[in-house]
Formats: sequence, C-alpha cells, structure tokens
Amino acid sequence: MTNRLFKALMTSAVLGLSATTAISAAECIAPANPGGGWDFTCRQIGKIMYDIKAVDKPVQVTNMPGAGGGLAYNHVVSERSDDGDLIVAASSATTTRLAQNAYAGMTADQVRFVGAIGADPGVIVVAADSPFQTLGDMVEAIKADPGSVAFAGGSAVGGFDHLKPLMILKEGGFTDITKVKYIGVDGGADAITQTVGGFTQAMTGDMSEVVSFLSNGDIRVIAVLTEERVPGFDDIPTAKEQGFDVVAVNWRGLYVPKDISDEKFDEWAGKLQQVADSPEWAQAMTDNGLAPFTKVGGDFQAYVDGLVSDINAMSKELGVIQ
Amino acid sequence: MDILSNLALGFGVALSPFTLFLAVCGCFLGTIIGALPGLGPSNGVAILIPITFTLGLDATSALVLMTSVYYGAMYGGRISSILLNIPGDEPALMTTLDGYPMAKQGRAGDALVLSGVASFVGAFLATIGLMLLAPSLARVAFLFGPAEYFALYLLAFCTLGGMASNNQAKAALAACIGLGIATIGVDSSSGLPRLTGGNLHLYDGVDFLVAIVGLFAIAEVFFFIESHGKGSSIGVKLDKVRVPWADIWETKWTMLRSSGVGFVAGILPGAGASLGSFMAYMTEKSIAGEKGGFGTGVPKGVAAPEAGNNAAAGGALVPMLTLGVPGSGTTAVLLALLMTLNITPGPTLFTDRPEVVWGLIASLLIANIVLLLMNVPMVKVFVKILMVPAWILLPGVTMISFVGIYSLSGSYFDLLMMVGFGALGYILRKLDIPTVPVILGILLGGNMEDALRRAMTLSDGDAMYLFSSPIAIGLWIAAIAGFVAPMFLRNILKKPQAVTD
Repeated sequence: MTNRLFKALMTSAVLGLSATTAISAAECIAPANPGGGWDFTCRQIGKIMYDIKAVDKPVQVTNMPGAGGGLAYNHVVSERSDDGDLIVAASSATTTRLAQNAYAGMTADQVRFVGAIGADPGVIVVAADSPFQTLGDMVEAIKADPGSVAFAGGSAVGGFDHLKPLMILKEGGFTDITKVKYIGVDGGADAITQTVGGFTQAMTGDMSEVVSFLSNGDIRVIAVLTEERVPGFDDIPTAKEQGFDVVAVNWRGLYVPKDISDEKFDEWAGKLQQVADSPEWAQAMTDNGLAPFTKVGGDFQAYVDGLVSDINAMSKELGVIQ
Repeated sequence: MDILSNLALGFGVALSPFTLFLAVCGCFLGTIIGALPGLGPSNGVAILIPITFTLGLDATSALVLMTSVYYGAMYGGRISSILLNIPGDEPALMTTLDGYPMAKQGRAGDALVLSGVASFVGAFLATIGLMLLAPSLARVAFLFGPAEYFALYLLAFCTLGGMASNNQAKAALAACIGLGIATIGVDSSSGLPRLTGGNLHLYDGVDFLVAIVGLFAIAEVFFFIESHGKGSSIGVKLDKVRVPWADIWETKWTMLRSSGVGFVAGILPGAGASLGSFMAYMTEKSIAGEKGGFGTGVPKGVAAPEAGNNAAAGGALVPMLTLGVPGSGTTAVLLALLMTLNITPGPTLFTDRPEVVWGLIASLLIANIVLLLMNVPMVKVFVKILMVPAWILLPGVTMISFVGIYSLSGSYFDLLMMVGFGALGYILRKLDIPTVPVILGILLGGNMEDALRRAMTLSDGDAMYLFSSPIAIGLWIAAIAGFVAPMFLRNILKKPQAVTD
C-alpha cells in the first residue's frame, strides 16, 4: 500500500510541477527549446509585461521546438487561429524561413505580426590573429580566391547567418556566390570556436553571440551590419562606413493568430509598446547585446511583408532557393 | 592557494540552510525525473525552469536547484535501467547491458549501490577536474574541427562491432537501421528536408528519447500483452540490500579510468554524456577482454558507464561555462537558465563573476554528497517501488512514458512515433537483433554526418583533409585498432584459456 502511495506521490509531484504554471491567462509560445533567442523573447517580454502590470497574471511560456519554428507556426495557423490570449515569439529567422518557403507551404499572411522591440545586429567576426583588418581586406581575398575564406555560422545553409556574408559580397561586386564556403554549426558560440580554432576563417552571427568573447581578446569584430554604430560597442565599425551598404539585424518580436479581433490585436500591440518603453526592457537589451529597434502594430506588418519579399528575391538571386 | 580561497567563496555562497534545502529537493526530484522513462535530465531541467521564476529565486539559489536536478537525473537514470531494462534517459542506455542481467541474478541491490558509488566517483572527479582545469581545458575545444569530430564518431562506431553479445552482423544491421533513421530531417548542409514526406514533425529528425522509450518501454508492453500478462521479463528479485564493498574495491580502477574517459568526452562540445558512457563501457570491455564477461552482469560493466556518464555531465559544464558552448542537451538548458538570469557564460565568466562560478562548483559538490547519501540508503525504496507486480507497474510506466514524451514537444505525433518504435523494438527482439546499436546510430549518426559534410565543404571535397591533424590521425588509428584488434585478440586470448582449462 505504501509503495503505491509513494508512486502516486512521485507521479503527482512530477505532473504537478509541469502543471503549476497552467493556470495563467496569457500564453507565449517559444518555437524552440529553452535557451535560444525565441525562448529569451517569451521569457523576458512575458516577465516584464507582468512586472509592469500590463497583464494581471504571469505569462505562461510554452516551448514548442520543431522545424525551425514551423511546428509552432503550423499549430497556431491550424489549431489556435482565434485564440486571443496567445502570443508567439518571432525573429528574422521566422521571416527568412517564410520567404524561402521552409514552412511547408505556409505563408506570412496566415498570422498577424504584432511588433518588434529590439534587434540583434549582424556581425562578421575573425580570429584575433587573422590577416583581415577590415571588411574590404576580406572581400578582396575572396575575390582573389573564393575558396580561401570559409564562414561558420549558427544557421543552416541558406539561413540568415549565411545570407549576411553573401549580401556583403554582392555589394562588393563579387557574384560567383556559390563558390563561397559556409558551414552551419550548432549556434554562434560553436561557430566562434571553429573560427578561433582556425578551421574556418570567419564567423557570421549576431552581436549577442559574440559579446562574451569580446573582452577576452580571442576575436575581432570587423563589421557590424547596422545603420549606425551600436551604443556600447562604439569601436566596432559598421559595414556601411566601410563601403558595403548592408544592414542585417535579427529583430526580436511577436506574432499572434490571424483571426483574433482588431481590438485584441491593438491590445497586444499596446502591451508590447509598454514593454518597449520600460526601463526593465532597456536593461535587458543592454545585458544581451540588443540594439533598440521598435516597430509596433500596423507599421510592423508592412515591414514584415517587405522583408519577406526582399529575402525571397535575394534568396532566388543568390541561388539559395529556386 | 587560489583555488581554496575561491572554493571558500563558493561555499560561502552556496552553503546556507535554504540552499541546502534546495539541493536536497533538487536531488530528490532529479533522481525521480531521471528514473522515469521518457523524462531525461534535459526536459526535466526545462520543466523546472519556470518554477525558479515563480519562486523568485536569486541566481545562486536557482543554479543550486538546477544543478542538483541535473546531477540527480544523471544518478536516477540508472535505476530503471537496472531494474526494468528500460533506460531512464539516453546516457543510462549502456547501464542496461550489465545492470539488468545483474539484477536478474538477484543482485539488484548490489547493482544499484555499486552504480550509485560509481556515479559519485565519476561526478566527484569531474567536479574536481572542472575546478582545477576548466580555464585551460577550454582550449581543447579549439583543437576539434570537423575532421577531428568525424574521426571521434568513427571511433565510437568502430567499437560497436564488439558490442553485440553473439552476432556481429546483427549488431551492424541494427546500427545501420539507426543510421538510416538519423538521416531523417532537415539536412543542415543544404537546408533541404530529407525523408520527411512533407511532414513538419519530422523536420528536426527523430528525438532519441522517443526512440528509446519506444524501443525499450513500449516494446516491453507488447511482450507483456503477448504473454497474456503473465511471466513478463520485468520484475527482479529483491535481496538484502547491503554495501557490496568487495565489488566496489574490485572496480576501483574501472571507475577511475571511466571517469577520465567520460570527462574528456563531456568536454568536447556536442559529444556529451551518452558518448561518455559508451566510450567508458567499450574501453573497459576491451581492457577486460573476452574473459571479462561484459554483457552478462558483471560489476565492472555497471560501474564503467555510470562513472563515465556522470563524469561526462561534469565535463560538459567546462565548455558551457568557459565558451558558452553547451556540451550536451542538458547543459544547453542550463545555459538558457544562466542567460535568463543575465549571466552570459564565456571566457571571462571565471574572472567577472567568480561568485557564480564557484557557487556553482560548490553546489555541485554539495549535490554530489547529498546524492550519494540519498542513493545508497534509499536504494531499498526504489527497488520496492519497482517490485510491484508487472500488471500494475507496466501500465504505470507506459502512462509516465506517454506524459514524458508528450512534454518534449507537446505533439501527439511523437506519441504515434513512439508506438511505432515500440513495434520495431518488438520485431527486432523477436529476431534477436540488439536494440542498443539502433539508438547509438540515431544518437551519433547525425553528428557524424554533419562533421563529414562540413569537412568536405571546407576542403573542397578533398578526402585527405580528414587526416590533416595529429589528433585526427590518432583517432583514426584508434578507430581502426578498435575495429580490427578484437578479431586478433580473440585468438590470442583464447589460447591461454584453453591451456588453463
């Protein structure tokens, strides 16, 4: 008897733990495992919304990894399309995959994009002892011998990290982009490891992925892909000032199901704006190497639509998709 | 004595009644999570992360709780491996090979105590290693590029041949099935989905936990149904639980060697605890040779994988803390926790936030001692739970498996796939094909392929690139030796045996 009682207690302890957060009203789906950018978006935005009383109960975070966000997208489109209490973390990766038709035929107009409140600037990084001092040096070297420079990045071939150096090279007048070597590894830190180890010559990724390596002296950031230099990292030159007009940031934001009411949509947009304006979010951005980037509501939907068609056109041009 | 003063700082942070209480809770929960099939350390830790936020714990307390759960799960995984022949999580896979036969011989208590001690030795040495060597060991990750990783995985596969107890061809077949399953999903070198049939659920490939629970737990249920609920292979005899001092003493070198092997495997990003326990087991098996009787329930076969996987768990913290590169699935989740606590791991963490690092190390040491105390005297409790009749136990295990797997991605597709793996496991066992190589194929196949494809991209398809560094060449030699040596050694080893007989 005690055995069974004990077993029941064990089971209920485990089940109970997973259920404790299920009572809250709003839910944020992070379409990845804990630890990535999407998980960060849900947890930080959810926490700040509750802390500044934009929502009256803690936001429950659900991790729904799979197919680079595709599973969660499919779930929202087909099963939760009128759930007004649901928000989903999104980023440039979401739009890149939609643009490259990597969500099994689903399109960007099947959900509504609420807004972005922060962006992770794209960076090009080399090892400290690399001969490349500027972006120009690197582009010239690739022009001379395309096989001499290999890039490592955290996304798969054709993903956003891969597109960044290709955009720069295109801007620099190099067109034979299929010759450019790129390996997709497990995340930005791994890509840095491969670059510092000398297996690849450069790393392409986001600012947040390199912050912790900067003070160590193992790497040099030769370009940041923003309009202006990033506050706090003022000694890192932009690609633009080096003559390559490329801006590539990984925005962090949210989408909601398509069939919710306009009032509900505006309500979420308002809450997101409140988070964007809060000192807590400002602090979270500084701590994580994010640059300010706020586009909320109708503006943002237009921005996303433009982005999807741009990336689609670029991917075709670059030969990443047919 | 920098380390001692640092450690004192760490204990100062970690040693308060409240954090001790958290460590005990974490260890207990972790052991249960590890023991339940389908709930491994990584999803166990992931499920508990929201709790730390709800409780409003500060960074140190949250870390103590999570690392206790992590180490606890590494300890707990062995319990269902030994008692049910169902691995509680993927690193505990190798423990089934000798642990379950040992339990069937009526030595379940011995196996549990011995594996508990081995876990302690592995984890303790790894924590010491982490403490002394972390900053310098971080550089090891820089030496491993695609060619070296490929050779490392190849080494793991080459030793597979010696794993099947009676029929090598069947083991090879099983490994091929695993490798085949590993090719499902988005190919990271081209970004295109393979063998997914357009199904989004298959884009990330097949999760090992789904495969493990299906092949072991669900297949067991099918066998149980076939026998009309009578005479299941599940259920072990309970003897008097005492500390098997002789076995512990006899396996002392095994534990030390396995801790070393596991720690090194853990340090390499991506390889993780499963490779650690596998390598430790295979090393000991080849050292013991044919006479060692590995696979029949020998103490060394229980001690090796447990010391190995717990040491790997500690080793995996090295690249996570020093480079921000997680060495295993669970450390990826811990990394997430650190980042949400606004601590960014990286090369400067040891100097910038010593209280976090040393608090963590101190809490690991505390967790370890709590776990040893908890696991040795409490073994009886765990044995008794699993002593309940199979007709009560199996449905319970099945239910927990379903809940555990559903918690992975919250999709019913994983459940269907798990049942499919159950059917596969049933067929394989009917054909007497071992299921462990299938899992290893799924576990390592994808990484091995990625490493090869990356190497080929970097070298423009030049195969000689695979032999381009001393480390790679060394691993290749070890792999070839591991594959060929057993064939020759068998002859040499058998002769003296015949003489003495």
